[in-house]
Amino acid sequence: MKQLLSTMAGTVFTIGVSEGDEVTAGQTVLVLESMKMEIPIEAETAGKVATINARIGDFVNEGDVLLTFE
Amino acid sequence: MKKVLIANRGEIARRIIETCKKLHIETVAIYAEADADLPYVKEADTAFLIGPSQVQQSYLKADDILALAKREGVDAIHPGYGLLSENASFARKVEESGMIFIGPNPETIDKMGDKIGSRQTMIAAGVPVVPGTEEGVHTLEAAVEEAMRIGYPIMLKASSGGGGIGMVRCEDEQTLSQNFMSVKQRAKAYFGDDVVFLEKYIADGRHIEVQIFGDTHGNIVHLFERNCSVQRRNQKVIEESPSPDFPQEARERLLKAAVDAAKAVNYRNAGTVEFIVDENNQFYFLEMNTRLQVEHPVTEEVTGFDLVEWQLEVAKGNSLPITNQHEIQSTGHAMEFRIYAEDPKTFFPSPGTIKTLQWGSMDHVRIDSGYEEGNAVTPFYDPMIAKVIIKSDSRQQVIAHAQNFFASVTIEGVKTNVPLFREFLGAQAFQDGSYTTAVLPQWLEQQKEEK
Repeated sequence: MKQLLSTMAGTVFTIGVSEGDEVTAGQTVLVLESMKMEIPIEAETAGKVATINARIGDFVNEGDVLLTFE
Repeated sequence: MKKVLIANRGEIARRIIETCKKLHIETVAIYAEADADLPYVKEADTAFLIGPSQVQQSYLKADDILALAKREGVDAIHPGYGLLSENASFARKVEESGMIFIGPNPETIDKMGDKIGSRQTMIAAGVPVVPGTEEGVHTLEAAVEEAMRIGYPIMLKASSGGGGIGMVRCEDEQTLSQNFMSVKQRAKAYFGDDVVFLEKYIADGRHIEVQIFGDTHGNIVHLFERNCSVQRRNQKVIEESPSPDFPQEARERLLKAAVDAAKAVNYRNAGTVEFIVDENNQFYFLEMNTRLQVEHPVTEEVTGFDLVEWQLEVAKGNSLPITNQHEIQSTGHAMEFRIYAEDPKTFFPSPGTIKTLQWGSMDHVRIDSGYEEGNAVTPFYDPMIAKVIIKSDSRQQVIAHAQNFFASVTIEGVKTNVPLFREFLGAQAFQDGSYTTAVLPQWLEQQKEEK
């Protein structure tokens, strides 16, 4: 199972996908707010979203699992 | 005033401590867990851990800060910039607790924090404002109708916005429709208020602001202007004074409008009136910042005054150190460069430990730094590491000193925008001084095309 990890610490600002969605490589799936900037987090590879492990407003650390793919 | 609590962090906390030391005022610092090793914590006479790293759990905990201030018996609280500095309810609580808030009246903060309200105040005072809606627009339909009246392109803005957040330029009805809900959502998320309004977009505009100062005896003066048009993502990167390519006649009108704006709200302490200036040197009020600005050193360098000292004097109830406008002179030229821990191309933040911090050539250079070698830039706060301020006789000389400085600086461990300054200082558009707020994004595009 593939996981998408947070590239940096920040607050989850928006989540652009739902569980079960098919995403393409490079698609922005989530936006973090960190250091007064909005940082888009992209899917590294294409796949189907199995679980979303973060909620809007959560503070995540670098390396935390944001999504898992089937 | 014998003891001051500084409700801030990093370089501005350090800057305030420096002036307090000069004036033999005792300082109390607060810090979050992530900031325990920063220089300001050691430089304050006493420092207290206020909470975990996130600002909501530390620097924004107004009641905890107030309780600490009371326990420590401080006479006044300096809020710095950002964080609680423009929080009217905090200012009010400070005063209700019998301490001095080093800043304007809470009522002024409230009035100027609401962009729609401040536009109305300025219209009444005869200060030109950007053509736009007089009230908030609540629905997309209303926004589309108003935009038709104003004419595209327009700026869609959050009434409570600031710091470049909560504003989007809309070219046409389609982009307005696409952005309307997201700007409202951002405004709600960042500022807790989703009221938005529309302004005409001023093409080829320059951002020029005026430093003003008022006391409790009715004196109001200006300390000249700063041109802050070099920006990325609507946030300032370089500021300078005097503004280049700005005729004396227009400068005088601008300075007068700023003083009129300050008088309209009976302004107290340090403030900045921001204007957008078009290609014909017509200017329009944008907003008033009711605090000391990040870029205040530019003004300190050309006027020779310590603005934090002025803030403390006024807060004590004394008159401004100089009340006669004619005795305030601007000499030479000054520029400030904001060093950010960020990727110089994508502008994404780059937290990490500063392994090497060697400033190199210090000729004509002042550095206001929040960090030292070995400190960590953490992901919890603004990515600004330091401000480099250069003062000389002429703009040309300032640029030459800046080029020497940036050629000799070494920062390792985090990515910074130093490489960007090295290149951009040589750009024709910057060197000739005629630049607008589009200068940096346009120059970056051009660099990409040339490669």
